[in-house]
Amino acid sequence: MNWSNIVTVYRKELKDSLRDRRTLLSTIIIPTLVIPLLTLGLGKVMATIVTRAQEEIPTIAILGGADSPGVAAALRRAPKLRIVPAPADWRRAISDKQLRAAVELPAGFEAGLRAGAAPAVHVYHYSGELKSDLGARAVERFLTDLREQTVAQRLAERGLAPTLARPFEFARENVAPPEKVGGNLFGGIVPYLIIILCFSGAMYPAMDLTAGEKERGTMETLLCSPVARVDLVLGKFLMVLTGSLAAMACLLLSMGLTAAVGGTLLLSGGAGKAAAAAAGRTAAAGAMPMIDPLGLVGVLAMVLPVAVMFAAAAFTISLFAKSYKEAQSYLAPMMIVVIMPAVVGMLPGIDLNVRLALVPLLNVSLVCKEMLSGVWHWNYLALIFGSSCLYAAGALGLAVKMFQREDVMFRT
Amino acid sequence: MIEVHQLTKIFQDRKRGAIRAVDGVSFRAAPGRIYGLLGANGAGKTTTLRLLATLLRPTAGTATVAGFDVAREPEKVRAHVGFLAASTALYGRLTAREMITYFGALNGLAPAEIKARLRRIAAELDMDEFLDRRCDQFSTGMKQKTSIARTLIHDPAVMIFDEPTLGLDVMTARAIVRFVRECRDRGKTVIYSTHVMSEVEKLCDTVGVIHGGRLCAEGTVAELRAKHGEQDLEEVFVKIVGAEGSP
Ligand SMILES: Nc1ncnc2c1ncn2[C@@H]1O[C@H](COP(=O)(O)OP(=O)(O)OP(=O)(O)O)[C@@H](O)[C@H]1O
Ligand SMILES: [Mg+2]
Repeated sequence: MNWSNIVTVYRKELKDSLRDRRTLLSTIIIPTLVIPLLTLGLGKVMATIVTRAQEEIPTIAILGGADSPGVAAALRRAPKLRIVPAPADWRRAISDKQLRAAVELPAGFEAGLRAGAAPAVHVYHYSGELKSDLGARAVERFLTDLREQTVAQRLAERGLAPTLARPFEFARENVAPPEKVGGNLFGGIVPYLIIILCFSGAMYPAMDLTAGEKERGTMETLLCSPVARVDLVLGKFLMVLTGSLAAMACLLLSMGLTAAVGGTLLLSGGAGKAAAAAAGRTAAAGAMPMIDPLGLVGVLAMVLPVAVMFAAAAFTISLFAKSYKEAQSYLAPMMIVVIMPAVVGMLPGIDLNVRLALVPLLNVSLVCKEMLSGVWHWNYLALIFGSSCLYAAGALGLAVKMFQREDVMFRT
Repeated sequence: MIEVHQLTKIFQDRKRGAIRAVDGVSFRAAPGRIYGLLGANGAGKTTTLRLLATLLRPTAGTATVAGFDVAREPEKVRAHVGFLAASTALYGRLTAREMITYFGALNGLAPAEIKARLRRIAAELDMDEFLDRRCDQFSTGMKQKTSIARTLIHDPAVMIFDEPTLGLDVMTARAIVRFVRECRDRGKTVIYSTHVMSEVEKLCDTVGVIHGGRLCAEGTVAELRAKHGEQDLEEVFVKIVGAEGSP
């Protein structure tokens, strides 16, 4: 191994890659744009959709209720509901989104109320459809109010205190600081994005420096030089790693900028609140979910061996190919292999254990999620970092070995 | 100086099984002389030359190039060899200057030395006008000149040419032929593979006819003509190859 040769090769590959549009696109431009596009674009669209859905007054049909005119009238008067005549085919109307929900007042409902106990009321909705769910919830709020009014009225009639039926109140308060909420909200998606971009950042340089060179006929030229094969691989590998790390750095930089610039934008638009509400959280109004910077540093450290592994793996795989196209057809399915564990890591409810800590990629994506929400399991961190380094070393060793095999380099 | 002794290369191919691409080839090429390897498609020329340039490792036999064994000291061999083939292309996104400088650095030359040599070679080959343009915009002739400069930057004692005129027009091919002669006149050991008879007649001091991986005849053009009683080299070649039987 001769470092001056490795540096010579690396510098040439760096210069060469900086002139390659495909490599620039995948290592710098896309990683820089993905976060702003996701948060400012998609995030804003999401927030707008949720806000609009919440602002909409749901269209509700009353089924039956001919002998309950009082309740029906109260429903019609309710400001948060728009009552329309029930169509014959109301189930279809709900599916077709002409109706958000339907409420069925059973026969003798009001009479039952007066007498003491009334039959159950049914609320029909289309589960999983956001606006239908919100409509059903509005109806349920109305019914809850009605029930409480009835209770209060009965207590008053009997001269009893309202606290008899409601001995205490309770309220939910958030103790997680805003960055921890951010950790949970974004903790899943950030490692996922980092892992994917790390791979796609390695992918194009890897293909260009191996199969691309074979295809263009420069590989044989390079092999004619007296530089040892090991030095050639390591110089090239360092360039692929640079691509991977550049993608990560661009992603993180643009994430920081987006948080700084976009945070204020999001807040002024009120979309931050809506986004938090969409995730089912009651974030304190005005508190932009932030990511713990220390967690981010931890993520970087954990992802480093992963980047090495990706660079070496992408390099080895595309080394087999004779052309850029062939390399692409090998690496595209690899993308799925990379995405899978990252996606699994994003699912809620999967927690680290020793066995999962040894699964490449999944371990990193799980532990990153924890670090970003401020949880530091040092034992797992050490185990995961160690195993990732081992996998990385294995992949790099394989790359060096493959580069020395003439049936790989001169495949016909 | 190149000395080849019983050199053999067997490829394991999934469909075709074991291919004896080079089969017990022995010959010597001396400094200041051009050794021609004449053979049809698939005869084993490229494989032989790749073995000499240590791009491939021999299955059996030995070869020494500029005094170094191809199997034991491949890096030293490569440091003394300039290898030019149709398959040794240029980096399209680099300029000619960057390309040549890169190979100078890979050969361990100091930057000042590279600069001086580059200036001299560029003047000789009349390259100054396109030295700082990217190689992917070059005409075939410019590419050839840049490739030649790349093989010359470390001033190797041995030059290996694998069908260097393949696909070139007459003028560019003549320039190459002239360049090969110059290499010989400077005392380099030159080995030149081709399937073009006229190039053999014009260039080669000694010819080795290779067929099916075997070296089946060797000598000067005049010797081969005399031995087979034919004036036309093509007829000579057909006689030699025909006697071997088609593989
Ligand atoms: N890497 C390889 N793997 C398997 N077989 C190979 C490989 N390289 C060459 N061969 C086979 O070895 C034989 C000799 O090939 P070679 O390229 O040396 O011939 P050549 O004389 O250079 O021919 P051409 O005029 O076509 O360039 C051919 O049958 C070829 O198919
Ligand atoms: Mg050939």
